[in-house]
Amino acid sequence: MGLFVAQLLTGLANAAALFLVASGLSLIFGVTRIVNFAHGSLYMLGAYVGLTLMNHLPGHFGFWGSIVMAGLIVGLIGVVIEVCVLRPVYRAPELFQLVATFGVILVIQDLALMIWGAEDQLGPRAPGLRSVVRILGEPVPQYDLALIAITPFILFGLWWFIAKTRTGILVRAATQDREMVGALGVNQSWLFTGVFFLGSALAGLGGAIQLPKGGADLLMDLNIISAVFVVVVVGGMGSIPGAFIAAVLISVLNVFGVAYVPQSTLVLMYVVMAVVLMVKPYGLLGREEKAGEHGQVGEVERPIRPAGLVGRSLVVVLLAVLALVPFFASTFMQVLITDIVIFCLFAASLQFILSSGGLVSFGHAVFFGGGAYVSALLVTYSETPMEVAFLLAPLGAGLLALGIGWFCIRLSGVYFAMLTLAFSQLVWSLVFQWGSVTGGDDGLVNIWPSDWLSGTTAYYYFTLALGVGGILVLRHIIHSPFGYTLRATRDSARQAEATGIDVKKVQWLAFALAGAMAGLAGGLFVFSKGSIFPNELEIAKSFDALIVVFLGGVKTLSGGVVGAVFMESVKDWLTRLEYWRLILGLLIIAVVIIAPEGIVGSLRKFGERIGLVKEQESMQ
Amino acid sequence: MNAILEVRDLSKSFGGIKAVNGVSFDVAPGELKALIGPNGAGKSTCFNMLMGQLEPTSGTVRLQGEKITGLPPRKIWRRGVGRTFQITGTYQSMTVAENVQMALISHHRRLFSVLPYAHTLYRDEALALLDVVGMAEQADRACAILAYGDLKRLELAIALSHNPKLLLMDEPTAGMAPKERINLMQLTADIVRDRGISVLFTEHDMDVVFAHAHHIMVLNRGELIAEGTAAEVRENARVQEVYLGGGTLYAAETEDA
Repeated sequence: MGLFVAQLLTGLANAAALFLVASGLSLIFGVTRIVNFAHGSLYMLGAYVGLTLMNHLPGHFGFWGSIVMAGLIVGLIGVVIEVCVLRPVYRAPELFQLVATFGVILVIQDLALMIWGAEDQLGPRAPGLRSVVRILGEPVPQYDLALIAITPFILFGLWWFIAKTRTGILVRAATQDREMVGALGVNQSWLFTGVFFLGSALAGLGGAIQLPKGGADLLMDLNIISAVFVVVVVGGMGSIPGAFIAAVLISVLNVFGVAYVPQSTLVLMYVVMAVVLMVKPYGLLGREEKAGEHGQVGEVERPIRPAGLVGRSLVVVLLAVLALVPFFASTFMQVLITDIVIFCLFAASLQFILSSGGLVSFGHAVFFGGGAYVSALLVTYSETPMEVAFLLAPLGAGLLALGIGWFCIRLSGVYFAMLTLAFSQLVWSLVFQWGSVTGGDDGLVNIWPSDWLSGTTAYYYFTLALGVGGILVLRHIIHSPFGYTLRATRDSARQAEATGIDVKKVQWLAFALAGAMAGLAGGLFVFSKGSIFPNELEIAKSFDALIVVFLGGVKTLSGGVVGAVFMESVKDWLTRLEYWRLILGLLIIAVVIIAPEGIVGSLRKFGERIGLVKEQESMQ
Repeated sequence: MNAILEVRDLSKSFGGIKAVNGVSFDVAPGELKALIGPNGAGKSTCFNMLMGQLEPTSGTVRLQGEKITGLPPRKIWRRGVGRTFQITGTYQSMTVAENVQMALISHHRRLFSVLPYAHTLYRDEALALLDVVGMAEQADRACAILAYGDLKRLELAIALSHNPKLLLMDEPTAGMAPKERINLMQLTADIVRDRGISVLFTEHDMDVVFAHAHHIMVLNRGELIAEGTAAEVRENARVQEVYLGGGTLYAAETEDA
């Protein structure tokens, strides 16, 4: 009994930081409709800033003053981010905003590395709260009890601010109808900036307040963000009481998970989320969002046509050159091109569902890694011949996509994105924690192709045939009736439904097809490397694909492939630099703001201007 | 003659408010029937129930004797009901012809086909339909750059693509210039007469209604208060009372405004 109570109290104490970060994220989303992926980074900054302040300010006042000041400073950093990065993209589609905040994550990571160094730092203990209290015989840290006492005050303070103050009323009004609030003469930009300040300050506060328990390190941004997303999604996006309930639920569950089922703590969290969303797709206290006719922001995508004679000839010439590569290039070059082709297929599969389907999937790596693991597991445990195991990679990933898609397709927009992310994390946590089967962090090794494909050149041709073949198949499908039907559901779901199209079914099948193609890329990957590790399923991998599609051009057909070639080519050179994340992050932010058409879109515009490409009728 | 569409006791409540209350009517083959009423009378709610976008609280809708209440929009469409929207819903990233081809692909049940190029499928049929509404010259323009009136005509071509028995048109001339309104409605009237299609439409413009509708139904506060020919409705005292606040209803003017 005593142990039980002690664990419950630990869980409640852990909920404090999680709630602070989640409520900030929820608040920002409610008003601005921006999902701030960089919220974990603000949490990390709060920890580092708080630590620095505590080292200079002594005593009770110094400790608690540092926490408050860390919150305020991080709030101001949030304002800088809002004004410089997000203001220019408020009217852009959600993908642009999400990618921009991802750029911010990279920038903050390197800035923190520059300022505070790579070593983990221990937090100081709170003055006067250093010992433990015995409750029913079990030791409970005093600081935990302090956190449990403080959190309800913060919740109450937030509630009072939102329910009782004039600014709070504006915030609530903006959550329901931003345009109306603007039309009533409220300066929206300052309202947004204010909310961003508050949300960021809460994240900073969360980072500083957990210092005595967790300290500060460079991984805390991505470590907390997936838990925060779970909390926000489970609680209902935009709902602060929901965030509180979910934070407590998840934290308590985690503590008990560690005690009783230590192998599956992460899995448990995602399973809870999946169950909640099956019953209540918009979270415990979230309200249903009517998916209206979003339309497209910016220039409408143009009508498409299969490549003409010139385009096809260029592709044939390119393929001929690639086919000749082994005769004049080094082994290293062949391996590099193999990697590029695999990544291109992965990016093309994401672009299919994202651009043609208008469905922004945030967990696409789960199908890439999923396919790879299907092959790897078959080879490891049942000595399946490589050819069969390879074939089962796209099939397995396709089935996985059918399963995940069944849940996700019911939602749209940001909700769809969050749900795909959450499901991919669920699979990742399964692979990561089920060490006895998947090898966990050590991965699965010795997954080599059959003899006839074992040479570098042989596998090069194999990859070239299937990778480029896969890309061409996807491209053809976009021009087929099914591809047109998919675009129809994206352009106007209402019209599609009113002319005999089963919108959800079409989206579901397209999602499965994209998953199968990503699985094919995963199958090619695992046999080219001979091994597979859980990081191929991670958020970071999903983001890699999103970023290349984005860099290449969302509203184009070939953006993903072009972006992937560009990225894989510069990555080798870029990652040799010490602060490559900073450069990449700034590049991403610059593209979002300055050239949202991406590489292909910008080139096409340039071509039209100098008369190389035939110009189309522009908007009247 | 049997009715194409039979609506019986159709009702819809939102919370405690009865948006549509016990509405019953028939649409006969070849008939052009208008449903009018002041703002908030329940016209759009009625329409959304007929087309499956809204589930009725009670009542039935039968199409040629078969019950279609509760079916999703796509299944009602498959049974031969076409629809145009008050705010046009076209596929912005496709050409004019492709918009019609898309509906034809759906009609011929080729939605899940992945082998042929979509832009070559049923192109001649699509061009013929576009010719009917006078849009053939613009077939290869991008839909995103069309003028509003042309979008409306395109929507009409799409609605005709599966040879419907019945067309439901929600405010077909909303947002158009007066001259364009008369032209579009004349075009619609000619097409449905030639093809024997029945039409039920809602409309704000009384010129359009009185010039083209064979029968007019008046809806007020969710209830049908009158039904009849243009002359009968115009003379109906109750209609004058609730619909026009007791004022005089002038004869329809069909000349250009």
